[in-house]
Amino acid sequence: MDTILDILAAVIREAISPGTAAVAIAVIGLNLHFGYTGLLNFGQSGFMLLGAYGFAISLVHDIPLPIAVLIGLGLAFVFALVLGIPTLQLRGDYLAIVTISAAEIIRFVGRLSTLKELTGGAQGIQGRTYQPAFVNLSFFGDGAWTLAPFNYTDVADGAGWVRALGGLVFALCVVATVLVGRRLKRAADPTRTAPRTGLDGTLGKVLAAVLVLVGLYALFFAMPVTYGRSGVNGWWVRAVAWTLVALSTLVVYLLVRSPWGRLLRGVREDEDAMRSLGRNVFAVKMQSLVIGGLFGALGGMVYVLASTVQPDALGRQITFFSYTALLLGGAATILGPVLGTVLFFSARILIRESARAWVPDSIMNAQQTEQFSFVVVGVALVLLVIFRPQGILGNKRELRFNV
Amino acid sequence: MRKGLVGTMLLGLLLPLLLLVGGSSASAATLCLPKPDETGCISGTVGSRSDPVAGVDVILRDAEGTDVETVTTEDDGKFSFTVTEAGDYFVVLDEETLPDGLEQQPPRAAIAGPDGSVKVTANLGAAVSPIVEVRDEDYDAGGESFVDQIAQSVVNGLRLGLLLALASLGLSLIYGTTGLSNFSHAELVTLGGMVAYGLVNVAGMNLWLGIVATTAVCAGVGYLQDRLLWQPLRRRGLGITQLMIVTIGLALAAQYAYQYFVGASLQKVVVRDFGTTSLGPVTLTNLSFLAMGVAIIAIGLVGFVLVKTRVGQATRAVSDNPALAAASGIDVDKIIRLVWTAAAGLAGLAGVLYALVISNGIRWDTGMQILLLLFAAVTLGGLGTAFGAFVGSIIIGLVVELAGPLGAPGDLKYAVALAILIVLLLVRPQGILGRAERVG
Repeated sequence: MDTILDILAAVIREAISPGTAAVAIAVIGLNLHFGYTGLLNFGQSGFMLLGAYGFAISLVHDIPLPIAVLIGLGLAFVFALVLGIPTLQLRGDYLAIVTISAAEIIRFVGRLSTLKELTGGAQGIQGRTYQPAFVNLSFFGDGAWTLAPFNYTDVADGAGWVRALGGLVFALCVVATVLVGRRLKRAADPTRTAPRTGLDGTLGKVLAAVLVLVGLYALFFAMPVTYGRSGVNGWWVRAVAWTLVALSTLVVYLLVRSPWGRLLRGVREDEDAMRSLGRNVFAVKMQSLVIGGLFGALGGMVYVLASTVQPDALGRQITFFSYTALLLGGAATILGPVLGTVLFFSARILIRESARAWVPDSIMNAQQTEQFSFVVVGVALVLLVIFRPQGILGNKRELRFNV
Repeated sequence: MRKGLVGTMLLGLLLPLLLLVGGSSASAATLCLPKPDETGCISGTVGSRSDPVAGVDVILRDAEGTDVETVTTEDDGKFSFTVTEAGDYFVVLDEETLPDGLEQQPPRAAIAGPDGSVKVTANLGAAVSPIVEVRDEDYDAGGESFVDQIAQSVVNGLRLGLLLALASLGLSLIYGTTGLSNFSHAELVTLGGMVAYGLVNVAGMNLWLGIVATTAVCAGVGYLQDRLLWQPLRRRGLGITQLMIVTIGLALAAQYAYQYFVGASLQKVVVRDFGTTSLGPVTLTNLSFLAMGVAIIAIGLVGFVLVKTRVGQATRAVSDNPALAAASGIDVDKIIRLVWTAAAGLAGLAGVLYALVISNGIRWDTGMQILLLLFAAVTLGGLGTAFGAFVGSIIIGLVVELAGPLGAPGDLKYAVALAILIVLLLVRPQGILGRAERVG
């Protein structure tokens, strides 16, 4: 039982970690590229790495935080232009080839020993050289804090049944949310003529939101998590990271509802039709590439807030994870990227920790469990694309994605 | 049906790896982990990552110039010292233990210490890596040797280009017949090296037999991949975009599977030294000449089949227009199966030869490192044209090897390939040998 609780605690810590939030932001950008515009960007990690470098190097050189952020975003902006201008007028795979190559080049350049004074070479930039500027902004105070503040230890002296009850409520909320979500989706389906059920529109959405909130509280009630309030790896970083996730989601929501968002979908579905309507397809694709890339750079900055700028940590595998997370949650959906990323990282830790706990070392040592979890990720990506390309939240009809 | 498909796909993915299980051996490198306020690390590599120098004694001297410690580099050229006091140290190679013909390159003035040593400043709780480089003894930075250097680079470039051509031919043929950019092609290259490592180094097979067997195994993997994965997916009518993401997933799974079974360090295919031969200013290992010969024969064979035989004609017909080819009685599925088999075999062969003569061993990401070069070569020649892929590969090989002597440092030579790719897409997106048609 203790093993299971330990594994679950590790999973929850991973799910709310700043790294997960950072990748979620990058996936939100990728969703704009791939989900809404149909651009095959295989170099999102390059955008992240550039953002991280711009941000960290500026801070090391005592440039104020807001300007450091702008520098990181500016680098990604230029990168998007450089990649987009030669490729966006060609068939989609050219963008794929050039982005995957360019992201690798950024990594090579970052590793160059001749640039060691700037980028730290293969060792990267130590966190403590640039993090203080951000950590010192914290107004959360000192000491430790537990989420949720009122948890199972406060009821009946933390008896096992209280905890189990919390877990049960969480599970029920998940099941109920899934049921409500399905109804909502069916009700929103315009091709369905069958009589609508009583649960549609606003009421259903409010219900779903309440269920999610109650579920989250039940989860943290049963499995409280404690970190320092501020510090390098505390609640302050997490709060900022997840606030940025929420803001990014909101921005994308507003963008894709706008007329511009319809242009994106139009380009994805039929470029020639858009051209014949007098739209500048190249410009639309470029705008999408730039904006999604900016999200990537923002994600890269958040990623390094609680770790170091290490070129190999933001290599191509992060791009692959992003695709898996996006397809898991559902491309071309608003909440898909966040849901997908959280589930993706949780699942990976679950696999790894389970393998560590129950597979004997003679069969799989600690390092091999890590690699095993990545192999599962790769296979999962393949299976997802083949059997459920719309992911959890997506709409199959919106995803006959083709270059 | 679904379950069956998943099962067979997993099988196809894992089967080649099972062959490698026997070969897992993790050589523990002397690792140094700095502890805050207690110890610091001075570690680095002698030679380059792709061409490390093993068995060299590395001497660490303190600020007064007295020897503190001596370590011998491992197979991967790595050395590492643990120090308990912060301050300046000097790292120098023991000339006696360096292989014949090599010497330590005098460091830049900024980091030069006495007696050609490299100065490093160690801090507690941190790791520093001094740059210790070696070069040929007869290296001369003067004017005349520059020509020699260029000559050597040109030959090296041809060697790299020929090996790239082996792999990119398959990539281009797959693209031509199916329209798919196979991002997992590099993993087939790595697979070649891995299988050869298992057969030759671990199982002790004769090298030449091993090369043939590896090519056969890789071709078999290609056959199975198409049989179990790509053909069913074509039947399901998956779009090209989805297929490309499938290749990305495969690449990820394969890379970590290699790490799982073989470990993360560089593994040598042969330990034996085959000697070198000098022709005028150019010096190459004997293996390199053989590798180039094998590559030329294999490429010639592919060219002959494509141009002179009915199968080749059918392949070109499918490349040109699959629907028309099918209508005129060509079994398109069979041709594509053949292309996958041949492409994987060629990639495997390229992998063995690359591991033998260029990267000096095989590691899980060896293939991934040249994926960029492969795509640059294929695009340069014209996506989908087999002969374009050959021309493109030779050009990319030459450019990459010449970038070094002409001033591009380290891994940046790969960036030159990307720059060429971008410029080319701006001016001639169809590639050198591609037909001018709309590609967008």
